[in-house]
Amino acid sequence: MNLLTGNDLATGDVLWWDGSGWSRHVEDAADVGDHGEAIAAAEEGARRVNAPYLVAAVATPDGPRPAHIKDRIRALGPTVRPDLTIKPADPAAGSWVI
Amino acid sequence: MYRYDRYDQAIVDARVEEFRDQVQRRLAGDLTEDQFKPLRLKNGLYLQLHAYMLRVAIPYGTLDSRQMRMLGHIARTYDRGYGHFTTRQNIQYNWIKLADAPDILADLATVEMHAIQTSGNCIRNISSDQYAGAAADEVDDPRPWAELLRQWSSFHPEFSYLPRKFKIAVIASDQDRAAMRLHDIGIQIVRNAEGRLGARVFVGGGMGRTPMVAPEIRDFVGAEDLLSYVEACLRVYNRHGRRDNIYKARIKILVHELGADEYRRQVEEEFRHVKTLGIDPPAAELERIAAFFAPPPFQAGLADTVDRSDPDFAVWLDQNVAAHRMPGYAIATISLKPVGGIPGDASADQIDLMADLAERYSFDELRVTHAQNIVLPHVRKADLYPLWQALREAGLAEANLDLISDIIACPGLDYCSLANARSIPIAQKIATRFADPARQRALGELKLKISGCINACGHHHAGHIGILGVDRKGTENYQLLLGGSGAEDASLGRITGPGFDEDGIVDAVERVTDRYLSLRADGERFLDTYRRVGFDPFKEAIYG
Repeated sequence: MNLLTGNDLATGDVLWWDGSGWSRHVEDAADVGDHGEAIAAAEEGARRVNAPYLVAAVATPDGPRPAHIKDRIRALGPTVRPDLTIKPADPAAGSWVI
Repeated sequence: MYRYDRYDQAIVDARVEEFRDQVQRRLAGDLTEDQFKPLRLKNGLYLQLHAYMLRVAIPYGTLDSRQMRMLGHIARTYDRGYGHFTTRQNIQYNWIKLADAPDILADLATVEMHAIQTSGNCIRNISSDQYAGAAADEVDDPRPWAELLRQWSSFHPEFSYLPRKFKIAVIASDQDRAAMRLHDIGIQIVRNAEGRLGARVFVGGGMGRTPMVAPEIRDFVGAEDLLSYVEACLRVYNRHGRRDNIYKARIKILVHELGADEYRRQVEEEFRHVKTLGIDPPAAELERIAAFFAPPPFQAGLADTVDRSDPDFAVWLDQNVAAHRMPGYAIATISLKPVGGIPGDASADQIDLMADLAERYSFDELRVTHAQNIVLPHVRKADLYPLWQALREAGLAEANLDLISDIIACPGLDYCSLANARSIPIAQKIATRFADPARQRALGELKLKISGCINACGHHHAGHIGILGVDRKGTENYQLLLGGSGAEDASLGRITGPGFDEDGIVDAVERVTDRYLSLRADGERFLDTYRRVGFDPFKEAIYG
């Protein structure tokens, strides 16, 4: 599956296309199939996302997981600062990243 | 400390307002990212993995407590409570919001700081010796020279679009504490046989994917000609440096391909022309700049001894305190490398505390080191003990300067969009493996440096032990290098062989240090033993 990701223009936060809008959580990400580039162009043009790009991912029971480690770390946050990840209250949140 | 004049301040203030307008236009949709990106980069604002990152310049690593407090204020107000001191003696903030960036730059401008030329193909922050003005072995304070070069290079119209980024270091001691020969231009301030002040000029060093130690291009250029000579070095590069291939665009490639002799010939020819242009400042201007760096009012007649009765303090004293040129004073290094911590990171509270301690004990001065530590350059020996007590309370009294846990590490794949592998967890694991202070001291000076990609921000080529993180089919893999040095005996590390996974690289480092202990002669550092016995015994220890 292919996911569309980018950063929030104003905050820089990592975003994932969920099929109708942008989510902070990779678990919400939707498979964009072959439509990623068209969605990216429209969303970037509307200033709803910055620097969007497509990433390969695999579907799991817990949701989509990016294939490349760089995108998995983007989805979580810095592995060395659990307090600054997307789920700071969940110490197991990053167990799938590395 | 150099202080802005009204022109400096007006330029920086105007730049803030210009960038504020650019940000507003970007947020309003009047600028695309393609249009905006070069503008934000000119103001030090990158887009990294998780957020925008702002790199703030700290000229030649020198700042006062007022400026240091501002860095803490920014960490606390606009970021997530911390900052990261870098190998370019700068600070980076990892969680910046675009809309806040102009306000941050405005706050910085109130304390004569900015983020200009911390990105892009221009002359970056001039780096220098963190012991400048305090070292017993310097022939002159290198900071006025670095400041002169900073003023010359700021907004230099001819050198704003070089083939590639350009880094200059200035030192004034035979002992190189700034990795001078691994810069595009390295300048060593010297006195010649007649006692005249001038500089040795080295050109074409660097790390990255093609590491090189800079050859000496001029063994002496008089101080009155230095700016013209450096201008000539840049002009030859700007004219002939490659713009068609980013991997061959640094000056080191040009010097290497031309050969040092031909590059030198061209520089000398250009130098003769540049001298007709009159760009070297008059002596009065040099004196004006130098006056900002006049020594602080040291007290004479201070006791030159320190009470060593507290054994923990004595260890810190031996490891983190260096000789000062003035009797009764010392240079204290605050380690930002607690075992298991993130090299170079400091919380807003720690930044504030270091500012307070500088104000109280070090004539209001701090230095950032390229090894990602902080120096208080002028501490009375009588104040070392209360200083250490305050540092210990804040978790800043790690006695590990230049030991194996004093690791340089780039942000790596935890933060950096260019990285291929994480650096920080490797540093944490190695520091934890060697956590026993007695074991570290038994190993002696051992500079370990880690980069998360070939760009070498973590100086892995210059590590006695270097580690380079690479991407092997989507998995982190770590190559080991041995024998590098960024000091006056500069050398480049050699890759040992096949790489390791995250735990394997820690084991490999331990096998290297074990072999070193079995081979070393009395008084040898790791690097000395490596150079004496060669590569093979260590390779055998690593791979069997």
